[in-house]
Amino acid sequence: MELKVIGQSEDNTAESGCSSSGCGGSSDQLSHLPEHIRDKVHNHPCYSEEAHHHFARMHVAVAPACNIQCHYCNRKYDCANESRPGVVSELLTPDQAVKKVMAVAANIPQMTVLGIAGPGDPLANPERTFDTFRQLTEKAPDIKLCVSTNGLSLPDQVEELCKHNIDHVTITINCVDPDVGAKIYPWIFWNNRRIKGRKGAKILIEQQQKGLKMLTDRGILVKVNSVMIPGVNDQHLEEVSKVVKEKGAFLHNVMPLIAEAEHGTFYGVMGQRGPTHDELQTLQDKCAGDMNMMRHCRQCRADAVGMLGEDRGDEFTMDKVEVMDVDYEQAMIKRADYQAEIEAKLEAQKKSANETFIPLTALTTKKKETRPVLMAVATSGGGVINQHFGHAKEFLIYEASMTDVRFIGHRKVDLYCSGGDTCGDAETTLQKTIRLLEGCEAVLCSKIGYEPWEVLEESGIQPNGEHAMEPIEEAVAKVYAEMAESGQLEQQRQADQLQAGA
Amino acid sequence: MAYEIIESCVNCWACEPLCPSDAIFEARPHFKIDAKKCTECEGDHVDPQCVSICPIEGAILNPFSEPANPPGSLTGIPPERMEEVMAEIQSR
Ligand code: SF4
Ligand code: SF4
Ligand code: SF4
Repeated sequence: MELKVIGQSEDNTAESGCSSSGCGGSSDQLSHLPEHIRDKVHNHPCYSEEAHHHFARMHVAVAPACNIQCHYCNRKYDCANESRPGVVSELLTPDQAVKKVMAVAANIPQMTVLGIAGPGDPLANPERTFDTFRQLTEKAPDIKLCVSTNGLSLPDQVEELCKHNIDHVTITINCVDPDVGAKIYPWIFWNNRRIKGRKGAKILIEQQQKGLKMLTDRGILVKVNSVMIPGVNDQHLEEVSKVVKEKGAFLHNVMPLIAEAEHGTFYGVMGQRGPTHDELQTLQDKCAGDMNMMRHCRQCRADAVGMLGEDRGDEFTMDKVEVMDVDYEQAMIKRADYQAEIEAKLEAQKKSANETFIPLTALTTKKKETRPVLMAVATSGGGVINQHFGHAKEFLIYEASMTDVRFIGHRKVDLYCSGGDTCGDAETTLQKTIRLLEGCEAVLCSKIGYEPWEVLEESGIQPNGEHAMEPIEEAVAKVYAEMAESGQLEQQRQADQLQAGA
Repeated sequence: MAYEIIESCVNCWACEPLCPSDAIFEARPHFKIDAKKCTECEGDHVDPQCVSICPIEGAILNPFSEPANPPGSLTGIPPERMEEVMAEIQSR
């Protein structure tokens, strides 16, 4: 059945022409993409760093089965390829998922993207996944759909995918070398048999690469996720980055392995470590050399409900959703208005940001070379500094340098801590946060208590509450300029020794 | 004769849609196989499908009540080599 449809599509390909694969040759960032693809990206929380602050995606779990085994997955939680390990989503039927998505979209206008999340691989459960997509494409055409997959059955599903309002596909590609793959994937399920070791990994890699090429040939955005596993694929991911870029992937996102014994994953139980912040960043920098890297992946569900900075999940439990009366026609108008307003605000911010950058550059070029600095920012969204240090559940990390301010990534506080026996008193939490902020020299927040202030200072991290409600990039640039002015950026960082002792 | 799912099943759903005999059903605390319906996939597949996709060693018993996926068969690490491999992984 699938085969026939694939035959048809070959003609379509010629018609729609090269969208990204052949054009992505040399430049990085978005410039290598044609206009219509850049537009797609514009207000997409997964891609656009600025949109990330204002738009959100939501995930529903409708596809529980999986057809491979990754050593970092225990199969009880959401697919670790896309989500934060340790999170369990409520399994929904396609009908329930559609109801829930429409209820959330009607109430939370910044929800623009719907993804099918694990546990499981959405394409290993094609009926459930596509039933959900079919209904949403029809009933809520203003919601973009995304899907993430391990890639094994991707080539078989490309044709069906193209029929929906799909705006991007994420493939997790951890390797292009079967010997590396054998250390990550113990087996796959293929043509009704279990295939173990190198042989299975080889098939998986071939399917992933084939699927990637088929999608980019059809002009569908493809993001590639890789999990960085020290001693397994850390040396290899630069090569992966090159290969997937050649095939037209639009973004490559390197995520750290997170493995804890209590998650019960193979890696967790065996004591495989994850990368340090430094190792991760070094690799991300290397890969960024020849491709646009996405650094703002939260490695969590990034759901609309969480983005508002308050937990609204309780408002949308299935029993409440079932009885909600949603007038989607009406909601769609409201959503469009809201989104237009944000667009306008982003434009305005962009302009004023440019003004701040010029004086900064002028200021620093007059001086000696100043080194780049990492800063942590506490925000609950909206692109401004608006969160109390003590309330921050995560920090956004920015790198300020002589020439620009760029977003590096997220770091989460108490990643898996649930207050159980491994957790100590308040002091330990603060110490943990400080360890989390390793490498940062300043932390920008709306407010901060006296005690953490002192401890941060002692650890060589300058707390700063002077830029509350200011746009993040602007504030970071200002703080950097002050640091440069005071001369502290001409010497090596003193805090390094302090931290070694902490 | 039939296969059987036991308590180490993690309810991952992988086996259920694959059964050619519709013998597998969702149940609490774990999925179950209807022994009357299970055909051991005879005539449909070379390998029993549930056994071939189940990610948990020991979760499915064969008709002789032995683990169909014995320890080490899915991780690829035989129990006697466990310590050695663990040391190698921890040195990464
Ligand atoms: S693809 Fe996702 S659900 Fe399947 S084993 Fe890997 S991480 Fe787990
Ligand atoms: S052995 Fe085959 S027939 Fe029996 S439960 Fe498993 S999949 Fe179904
Ligand atoms: S595949 Fe194994 S673990 Fe998953 S539901 Fe079936 S028996 Fe349980």
